[in-house]
Amino acid sequence: MTVLSVVQATYVVSGVLFIGSLAGLSKQESARRGNVLGMLGMALALVATVALALEQSERPWPVTAGLILLVLVVGATVGTWRVRKIEMTQMPELIALLHSFVGLAAVLVGFGSYLTEQHAGTVHLVEVFLGILIGAVTFTGSIVANLKLAARIRSAPLNLPGRNAINLGLVVASAGLLAWFLAAASAGSDAVALTALVLAAVVALALGWHLVASIGGGDMPVVVSMLNSYSGWAAAAAGFMLGNDLLIITGALVGSSGAILSYIMCRAMNRSFVSVILGGFGTEPGTVAAGVSGEHRETFAADVAEQLTSARSVIIVPGYGMAVAKAQHPVADLTEKLRARGVDVRFGVHPVAGRLPGHMNVLLAEAKVPYDVVLGMDEINGDFGSTDVVLVIGANDTVNPAAQEDPGSPIAGMPVLEVWRARDVVVFKRSMATGYAGVQNPLFFRENTAMVFGDAKEQVERIIQSL
Amino acid sequence: MQIGIPLESRQGERLVAATPATVRQLTALGYDVVVEAGAGERANLPNKAYVEAGARIGERADVWACDVVTSVNAPSPAELDLLTPGSTLISQLAPAARPELVDALAERRVTALALDAVPRISRAQALDVLSAQSNVAGYRAVIEAADEFGGMFTGQVTAAGTTPPATVFVIGAGVAGLAAIGTASSLGAKVRAFDVRPEAAEQIESLGATAVRAEGASQEVSADGYASALTGDQEAATRRTYAAESAGADVVITTALVRGTAPTTITAEMVAAMRPGSVIVDLAAAGGGNCELTVPGERVVSDGGVIVLGYTDLPGRMPQHTSQLFGTNVVNLVTLLTPARDGSLVIDLDDVVVRGMTLTRDGEVLWPPPPVQVSAAPAPTAPPPEPAPSSTDPAAEAAARRSRSRRNGVLTVLAALLAGLAVAVSPPDAVGHFTVFALAVVVGYYVISAVTHALHTPLMAQTNAISGIILVGALLQIGVDDWLVTSLAVVAATLASINVFGGFLVANRMIRMFRKGSPSGAPVTSEVAR
Repeated sequence: MTVLSVVQATYVVSGVLFIGSLAGLSKQESARRGNVLGMLGMALALVATVALALEQSERPWPVTAGLILLVLVVGATVGTWRVRKIEMTQMPELIALLHSFVGLAAVLVGFGSYLTEQHAGTVHLVEVFLGILIGAVTFTGSIVANLKLAARIRSAPLNLPGRNAINLGLVVASAGLLAWFLAAASAGSDAVALTALVLAAVVALALGWHLVASIGGGDMPVVVSMLNSYSGWAAAAAGFMLGNDLLIITGALVGSSGAILSYIMCRAMNRSFVSVILGGFGTEPGTVAAGVSGEHRETFAADVAEQLTSARSVIIVPGYGMAVAKAQHPVADLTEKLRARGVDVRFGVHPVAGRLPGHMNVLLAEAKVPYDVVLGMDEINGDFGSTDVVLVIGANDTVNPAAQEDPGSPIAGMPVLEVWRARDVVVFKRSMATGYAGVQNPLFFRENTAMVFGDAKEQVERIIQSL
Repeated sequence: MQIGIPLESRQGERLVAATPATVRQLTALGYDVVVEAGAGERANLPNKAYVEAGARIGERADVWACDVVTSVNAPSPAELDLLTPGSTLISQLAPAARPELVDALAERRVTALALDAVPRISRAQALDVLSAQSNVAGYRAVIEAADEFGGMFTGQVTAAGTTPPATVFVIGAGVAGLAAIGTASSLGAKVRAFDVRPEAAEQIESLGATAVRAEGASQEVSADGYASALTGDQEAATRRTYAAESAGADVVITTALVRGTAPTTITAEMVAAMRPGSVIVDLAAAGGGNCELTVPGERVVSDGGVIVLGYTDLPGRMPQHTSQLFGTNVVNLVTLLTPARDGSLVIDLDDVVVRGMTLTRDGEVLWPPPPVQVSAAPAPTAPPPEPAPSSTDPAAEAAARRSRSRRNGVLTVLAALLAGLAVAVSPPDAVGHFTVFALAVVVGYYVISAVTHALHTPLMAQTNAISGIILVGALLQIGVDDWLVTSLAVVAATLASINVFGGFLVANRMIRMFRKGSPSGAPVTSEVAR
């Protein structure tokens, strides 16, 4: 029994613990256990790896040990500090930032692997190349996503002319670089091969940047899940080049996780993955329907308060606007007050509401709304007809009846929350501007719809005062 | 607008077009309801109850002068004269049988909506009075028959001997027929039933009765949910079936109605062949009767001692429930006609349901309406009740979908081939890694698919943390005797460890926030992590 075999055995256990960890997340009740299993798996893997690293160390072991300790202390401190102060509304940016770390780490590990194991076989070289490529795309893509989500750069799509040609050109360039890299490496000219590898990294960095810069803010749930997936594939590629099964397993788990999330998001928008990645809304000529217009009716906090107290059932439909206004706490407060008065208050969450899959659920959970009154679109859509009042807070495209009624609409066929079936609908909105898709919403002009303009947080607080 | 609810003037009518419960609903739609004094008395609904529900009690003339009048029965000539021009009448008007009434309404410029002419599409079920009343009639028919029949419906095995169950033969498995079948079955009778529409057999059997089939008598699956008249051959075949079945039955309930008129099903000859004491209940008596001996509204005993009941007021014999059902039908119709819920009636002739019911408007006769294609039949010939609006041709769409799925299939096969090729040229230990990779992807697919949407954000944080496992690779490179590699590895490991710690902590923080509501409103788990 060598150190290596013990380490391998530990890796198997860690892999199983990771699978158990993700399985635990399937339900709220078991989610905490899942989190703990993940931590346990990670701790085991780290202990085993540190032991192996010390055993294999080519330098005196105290030096290596010192470096490892330094790394872990810095990582733990920065990680903990960064996360402690994060607000739930900032979660999408944080997640994107963390993805970029994995991407960059994969790039660095790839270069390290190439430098340690020169003159290796073709398969290993391809693995290194792919690892660096995916890592680099993930890195810059995530950085751009982070900046867009943090509103440090404009979230509108970049829209360079011929952007699909640019993407294609970059992909073709990386394929050419792969051929050059392999040829140079097999010819033994290391400097040339390294140059090719660095160039490939640069091309991939540009690709990642351009890809995400061309996608608008409302498609970010898909982008973030896609980057989640890429970060997994990057880890898996690193596993291939290092011959490490734990990295492969984990990378594959994360990769398929992100892929499934992207798929769910795309389905919820009735768009194909490719169309989301290669183009934002409103870019195809002639699809923006500007025809809908009409009279909207404005209402005020006091009237809404009256409507709510006389209602028997209320559904609140939150959207990204609630996160922007940070209105989740007053909304939760309102919910609690209404429930105390015997009003049946529930939440209807569209799968693509917010900027991250499940974003609304986390915000509401943060504000202490019990999760069993927060329902998904499929669970609640049948109930709108028997509902007295629906409050739409910062949602627009996800409650647009045009998706069902107007076959010419750009969002036609997208599953939406059928709020208009309720007796009364109150929409909280900053102004009459269109939503992300650039489509006017006929809901606002319906006779059972009333609009409350202004900051959602202030308006909800005013309603609470008037109760 | 005002809605008037008159006292029904028809002899012996016990029903009323609105109950206090439905008055409340009409008021909620924005209408003022005027009820004629005593309108609900015979359904045990006193004036006081209507007043409590928000209605005003008015005189006969007041009620008929309302903007909207809704009654159970068509107005008598005297009542017609009380209607004001431009008003709307909602009632059972039997337009097919009484064209002269339709003309009279048009002449008075009354907009007439026939509650008994609702198109048979799913959306209109809620306002179909025929369905609601037929259901009651079918139930009551069995009760009346049981009252007249000199025996028990259910078979008995006692110390004093056994009695066989009564045999009930039901003709026509429409709403009334099916209600009769269900009621008779639940009383314990042996029920046999026949309908010319082949799709009805399944419904008959679902209620526990035996579906009788007649060779050569089946019609094609009906296009509109109603039975149509039979051809000569079919007629002869059904007659033979009726004769055989009625001769063996203790009770015959006949409900055959073809487009409002009653064909003859039981001839005098067949009645003569039945056992003395047998009972025939003719639910089609109002349309002239299915049995040749039927006298509408009367109980007749044949020479052979067979009792023939031709009561036309079976729903009215249960006035409380029937009025409630009728009133609800009216409320549903008024709701449809009041899209703004503001108490003003809008007749939208583009709506098939409204179009089908509207007999007259502004002095113009709109009866009969263009046909609506529907079927209650289970399968192939049934077109969808209301085709969904679609901009593209469904066939083209299906073709596009097929070609898309074919393209996807081709791509998948190509990808699989490429992957296979890549694996085949790889060294053996790489193949092992590929196996692990492929299995992990599959496991990941199933595990992640089970994750609830609400936890997708924590899931992403968690996967972030575990993808920090790349730390393992970086740590192993730290010990390499090359300072460039070591520096790269240190940076990589630092980033990865930020991910590990940050990801797990933030996932943990989020997961702890999710709590279930408890009846007291107190949190089940407290938030500790903040």
